[in-house]
Amino acid sequence: MTTLAAATRTRTKPIIQIQDVVKKFGDFTAVNGVSLTINQGELFSLLGGSGCGKSTLLRMIAGFEEPTSGRILIDGQDISGLAPYERPVNMMFQSYALFPHMTVEQNIAFGLKQDGLPKAEIKKRVAEMLELVELGRFAKRKPQQLSGGQRQRVALARSLAKRPKVLLLDEPLSALDKKLRERTQLELVDIQEELDVTFVMVTHDQEEAMTMSTRVAVMDAGEIIQIDNPHAMYEYPNSRFVAEFFGSVNMFEGVLDEDEADYVTIQSPEISSRIYVSHGIAARQGQTVWVAVRPEKVFIGRQAPDVTDNVDQGTVTDIVYLGGISTYMVTLDSGKVVRVTVPNITRQAQADITWEDRVWIHWNPESCVVVTQ
Amino acid sequence: MGRNRSFFLLTALGLGFAFLYVPILLLIIYSFNENRLVTVWSGFSTKWYLELFQDDNILDAAWVSLRVAVFSATIATILGTIAGMVMARFGRFRGRTMFSGMLSAPLVMPEVITGLSLLLLFVALEQAIGIPAGRGVSTITIAHSTFTMAFVAVIIQSRLAQMDESVEEAALDLGARPAKVFFAITLPIISPAIVAGWLLAFTMSLDDLVVASFTSGPASTTLPMVVFSSVRLGVSPKINALATLLVLVAALTILLAAWFMRRQEAQRDKAAAAAAAEEERF
Repeated sequence: MTTLAAATRTRTKPIIQIQDVVKKFGDFTAVNGVSLTINQGELFSLLGGSGCGKSTLLRMIAGFEEPTSGRILIDGQDISGLAPYERPVNMMFQSYALFPHMTVEQNIAFGLKQDGLPKAEIKKRVAEMLELVELGRFAKRKPQQLSGGQRQRVALARSLAKRPKVLLLDEPLSALDKKLRERTQLELVDIQEELDVTFVMVTHDQEEAMTMSTRVAVMDAGEIIQIDNPHAMYEYPNSRFVAEFFGSVNMFEGVLDEDEADYVTIQSPEISSRIYVSHGIAARQGQTVWVAVRPEKVFIGRQAPDVTDNVDQGTVTDIVYLGGISTYMVTLDSGKVVRVTVPNITRQAQADITWEDRVWIHWNPESCVVVTQ
Repeated sequence: MGRNRSFFLLTALGLGFAFLYVPILLLIIYSFNENRLVTVWSGFSTKWYLELFQDDNILDAAWVSLRVAVFSATIATILGTIAGMVMARFGRFRGRTMFSGMLSAPLVMPEVITGLSLLLLFVALEQAIGIPAGRGVSTITIAHSTFTMAFVAVIIQSRLAQMDESVEEAALDLGARPAKVFFAITLPIISPAIVAGWLLAFTMSLDDLVVASFTSGPASTTLPMVVFSSVRLGVSPKINALATLLVLVAALTILLAAWFMRRQEAQRDKAAAAAAAEEERF
């Protein structure tokens, strides 16, 4: 339950302040006017597809790139113009970037040696780090004599050895296989909580961001689209982009019909019934809006439900069995394909619904989100 | 393919190898010929090898060649490493294309032109500032450094291009200054390429005839120059013996390097397999 605990902790002391940062490479704008504040002790994720500027932003914090304009403050100090070796942050690289000609021990000690710490102190800290990542037995090995998971832990230990104010992680788990990745996600969160270091992580994997982070910033085309905790990001996306990027979603395009303070209705050609949403939204009547419904919030059945809104009939065109859940692809009469997930509560695979069946789908008025962009 | 290798392929293979190695094989066989005349076989003997080691002319030339090769390879390696570093790490800068063109020009420049232009330079410099005073070992060394440096630069540049740049960034990130990063991280990682570059420069200097002929002085004759001039006066079996020794040294060096690299690779594979197996257990 570590992740839930992490999500509910409140953090208020800002450690990184990014102010109006722009980064251009020639004519290409990689980061376009990003401002954000990351608080002490957070596990903050920058999430986005490739080329969205998340890695460039991280590299600007580390000092490998200089912003074209804007400022970055760490612990209140403007770090513009400081070289990477002068900044109070450390980075863990996607490729791990271990020094191949040094042993595990020497890799971890490298940063401490640069600080000119006494030998006894270096030895003590290296031992601490080895214990933290449970690699004591491998201290004398070279990186090429380690497995992928072990290398990942050496890279983590090396970047934490100097006790940085902030640890930057560039796709820290992308080189691991799925099973190991899931285990390592939780390990990383544990270590982060134990040391109370601020982690800033770049990832393209929304599940990873969701599992690990206290807050997530979704980026696209060099801009931040939404910053929120994972729960809010999933349940209250502010745009089609976030809704679609963060988990899977059914999106109905329609026109706002009735616009009241406590409910709205929407007419969409993609669904035969009216769409009824039980909360007000900030939009004008007649405006084009999109209604996002998560697949697990849609009900599926052979009998017509006793409702008149948010309901339609269709044909099951595909079933994906995933063990814990099954996903039904229902093609509505409008041609719109709706994705419905159902937990497999019994051992019998939902035998009552199968391919080519005519089914009803519906969802509750409070289950959907309306986005305007 | 299996056993059905075609007759054509086998013939092609045989002819190809014959084309490459029959001349060298003949040379080795005739170096053990007892006869004065190179082309007439009259019995097995090692007397030309004994005579070779009593010929001061050849021994002196070998010593000159060796000194020139060691010094010029060392200079070329240092300069070539710096040039390769600039090409691989400095990104785009004004004049990069010109620099890269000029760096690789000696690779394709006819040796006669390289030699002649260096000779003119040395003569002009001597008249202007008195350095270098005459031509000898030092001028050959300088000349060899200039044209072998290009080869070293290419080797270093391609090694650096393969190297993960984030390893250097990690060292910077951990607090090492750029000079420290170069000596503590980059240099050890590219050291095999540096050794390879040095060896290449060394062998190229050792067997260069043209550039050395232009830039040598009266008291500095290299081994290829001695071989060439004595062959012009009539082939002596002594030269066959010398050539056989050179082939032997070259072949041994290559075999040794190959064996060493294969052993290293095998060790690394074994270690990696062991690490993977260990992880399976956990």
